[in-house]
Amino acid sequence: MHFIDPHIHMAARTTDDFRRMATAGCVLVGEPAFWMGYDRSGVNSFYDYFRQLTEWEVKRAANHGIQHHAWMGINAKEAEDVGFSREVIATLPEFLDRPSVLGVGEIGLHKNTKNEVTTLLELIDLALGRDEQMLFHTPHLEDKYLGTRMILDILRADTRVDRTRVCIDHCEEHTIRPVLDEGYWAGITMYPTSKATPERAADMVEIYGADRLLVNSSADWGPSDPMAVPAFIYEMRRRRHPESLIRQIVYENPLKFFNQSRNFKFTAVV
Amino acid sequence: MPIPLSASEVLDREFLAARAKLIELAAILDRIDRAEGDPADDDRLAQFRQSFELLAADGPDRAERVQAIFSLPYDENWQQS
Repeated sequence: MHFIDPHIHMAARTTDDFRRMATAGCVLVGEPAFWMGYDRSGVNSFYDYFRQLTEWEVKRAANHGIQHHAWMGINAKEAEDVGFSREVIATLPEFLDRPSVLGVGEIGLHKNTKNEVTTLLELIDLALGRDEQMLFHTPHLEDKYLGTRMILDILRADTRVDRTRVCIDHCEEHTIRPVLDEGYWAGITMYPTSKATPERAADMVEIYGADRLLVNSSADWGPSDPMAVPAFIYEMRRRRHPESLIRQIVYENPLKFFNQSRNFKFTAVV
Repeated sequence: MPIPLSASEVLDREFLAARAKLIELAAILDRIDRAEGDPADDDRLAQFRQSFELLAADGPDRAERVQAIFSLPYDENWQQS
């Protein structure tokens, strides 16, 4: 079965991972800009990273028959310094115009601080001013519930937001319900020791249905698995869910969400 | 949407995995006990105990409720603080 990993950090992965993913049926990946495991020393580091995501990774993926798209933003972990964040935000329009870019992301909260909120509001304003789609990172562990509710409060207060063009990612059992109830897309990330697992992702599909649901690996430089989406497919098959349902979640849903981006064009692999 | 398996089938499939996780958890608690020091007042152990009580009780949405035990509270007036 062909699948899409709508959230993965290939810049932190090897070419062997591209090969394994392509072998398993991956045809397209979405790569949000994120924290690379260390705080960058200046705006030029971000500039080069954005070039990597929109130039080099596109070619590296294409060598394996995988279409690569990126999201541009400053991640919440580096958003505490508001002045520095503004310098990075000023570079974003150039990259948002590039043909493989889907919108503004991943943006959001990390420790739910006032400064993070200030930067987030400016990123949202940039996105809405340009009619961009948005991809939101929600915090880790004990901060997730509070941060997710704060993000929903912020978005609810802005009447310009089209909720069908927003994905709130890294949802778990305690956050997915309000995200879906308010009309957003919900992303579920499958990790070995945090976030969800393929089994719990399948549980959430059974509880909440498949509409506006995306599953992803968010594989990066930490404990993570670029084959998490195939593992989800396997788990769904073990439970005897129909192929049509599985295909909707791992292929049709991400296409439906991405297709709302003006830059997105996808030619199906036959 | 319903899970296409019966409850007995789910139990058959998950029994060994759940058993292994329970034993692993018991071993982790034993390891903490055997180690030097006394973290009895550590809030994380209290979170474990709350979770055990929740698992032992009946009721739906256990995963969601365990998540809540490990989560900071949400204050709807956070923007005013």
